[in-house]
Amino acid sequence: MPGAAVHISGLSKRYGDFKAVDDVSLSIEPGEFVTLLGLSGSGKTTTLMAVAGLIKPDKGTIRINDTDIVSLAPERRGLGVVFQNYALFPNMNVFDNIAFPLRMRKRSTQEIREAVGRVLEVVALEPFADRRITALSGGQQQRVALARALVFEPPVLLMDEPLGALDRSLRDQLQTEIKRIQREFGVTVIYVTHDQEEALALSDRIAVMSDGKIRQLGSPDEIYERPSSAFVAGFVGDSNRVAVRLGEARGELRVVKAEQAPELELLAGPAEGSASGAEALMIVRPEAIELSLERPQAERNAVEGQIEMREFLGASIRFTVSTPLGTMHVRKGRTVAAAALKPGATVWTSWRPSDGLIFPSAA
Amino acid sequence: MTGRMSSSILTAVAAAICVFLVMPTLAVAPISFTETDFITFPPRGFTLRWYEEFFTRPAWIGSLGTSAIVAVLTAILATTLGTMIALGLGQLPRRVGGAVTFFFILPMVVPTIITAAALYTPFARSGLIASIPGLVLAHTVLALPFVIINVSAILQKLDHRVVDAARSLGATPAVAFRRVTLPILAPGIAAGAVFAFITSFDEVVVSLFIAGANATTLPVQMWSGIRFEISPIVAAASCLLLIVSCVLLTIFWLIQRR
Repeated sequence: MPGAAVHISGLSKRYGDFKAVDDVSLSIEPGEFVTLLGLSGSGKTTTLMAVAGLIKPDKGTIRINDTDIVSLAPERRGLGVVFQNYALFPNMNVFDNIAFPLRMRKRSTQEIREAVGRVLEVVALEPFADRRITALSGGQQQRVALARALVFEPPVLLMDEPLGALDRSLRDQLQTEIKRIQREFGVTVIYVTHDQEEALALSDRIAVMSDGKIRQLGSPDEIYERPSSAFVAGFVGDSNRVAVRLGEARGELRVVKAEQAPELELLAGPAEGSASGAEALMIVRPEAIELSLERPQAERNAVEGQIEMREFLGASIRFTVSTPLGTMHVRKGRTVAAAALKPGATVWTSWRPSDGLIFPSAA
Repeated sequence: MTGRMSSSILTAVAAAICVFLVMPTLAVAPISFTETDFITFPPRGFTLRWYEEFFTRPAWIGSLGTSAIVAVLTAILATTLGTMIALGLGQLPRRVGGAVTFFFILPMVVPTIITAAALYTPFARSGLIASIPGLVLAHTVLALPFVIINVSAILQKLDHRVVDAARSLGATPAVAFRRVTLPILAPGIAAGAVFAFITSFDEVVVSLFIAGANATTLPVQMWSGIRFEISPIVAAASCLLLIVSCVLLTIFWLIQRR
């Protein structure tokens, strides 16, 4: 079955005084992969479980292809759910776990054997059909959970931190696998995670959530390059945060003075609306900053500093540079010339004015 | 070298403790074959007469039958109630659940004689004395904690998401319970049932209060056997009780090992 469209509208759920989900609306295209990204308590899992029917929302509608499912019991929604820690049935082997939803649907033995065989092939677990669940590794259990949620070809797959319990290299491998399987089945996916790298890698669109609200909804590129708030910018990707005071406009840009070093004149990306003199936050991504021994050309923001630390991260190198603006993190590819700089060196950090993102101060 | 020596000392001490624990129980076996008319140790001669008497005298064989019926009914009632209670306790908030669990476990902690005295008056008023239902109800009070503890132990380890998972895969609450929750709890329920059976089958204190002419259990019959006859039939009966308990515990052990 091809993926279905999902429309969530005005969804709210409170526990006592705590607003777990606060008026969330989200429209998802058929076959789209949408991630709810946020910290614990941001409402992402509550939203997902409301779609699954395992949490009853106080308000709002959830429509799958124009059918409102809010009042349907979970077993009548026909959605695939992959739970955190998998929630496999320990009393059944791999085959019986995956066959469970088909047995609930009263499919014939023949049909069940074929369908389970097919899906075992997709997740590369054919030799494990007779294994007990406890005899499987975490990665294998994860794949059984995925197979069980997909075997009845649901129009929508809901995944709650499915890779949370696995180590890094296995996560990378399974990420690729999840993406491939999703394309193969054409299923609509709503995916919940607190891991921004996972979200950026997998999603067609990301909904960044905090305090029960969606803070920004957009493609991974949009979220990363044009975050709508300091919160989103800080949450997705690493960032250098500099407290600044806004000055006058200069063309499309804005003059800003750093609170810590008002003698430096810096330019930063467009900051519409805010008045001159207003306090603001300038965010610069670590990979947007260049390091050089000579002062760079005039149109770049340039601040002199000293390298304090050089951390080798594999493909890239992270420098910690102390500057009049405070400590700045700079990330450079391993192969560029600047990567050879050593701690103690005096360098110029510089970035294009448009890489300095301006946000109103939180206060 | 010292390691090996201390480990052999440990083995010797452990073996001595085992012998100390098991000897009194095993001592009844030779006594049950004595040719004398009363219990003597060491036994003299060898005869199966006391086993024959056990199986032919109505007072003895009748009490075995009563014990078996009461134990089976107690196991059924305590297992059903105890499993339901454990499931209910699992639904409560952790702190409240702990307090209520303690309440249900009390009969195991309180001296049995207190439970017996407490049950006596209401049972006497409602005509439950000297009746099989009376014995079953009284034994169920004592057996419940074993079922609750065994089932709760598994319930605590259970990932409650499995029930959610079953629902999301198309199971109604009843089907999810039958196909997922119950099979997962089965070893705990079986263990609880075995303990409930043994608790009832071996129980003497409460039974002394509740039992009567029409409903006497084997341990009560043994009690009077010791007081009035000092008959070696008591030793034969002990041996039989021991065998029943051992068989049941072996079954329990096999269940746990699976």
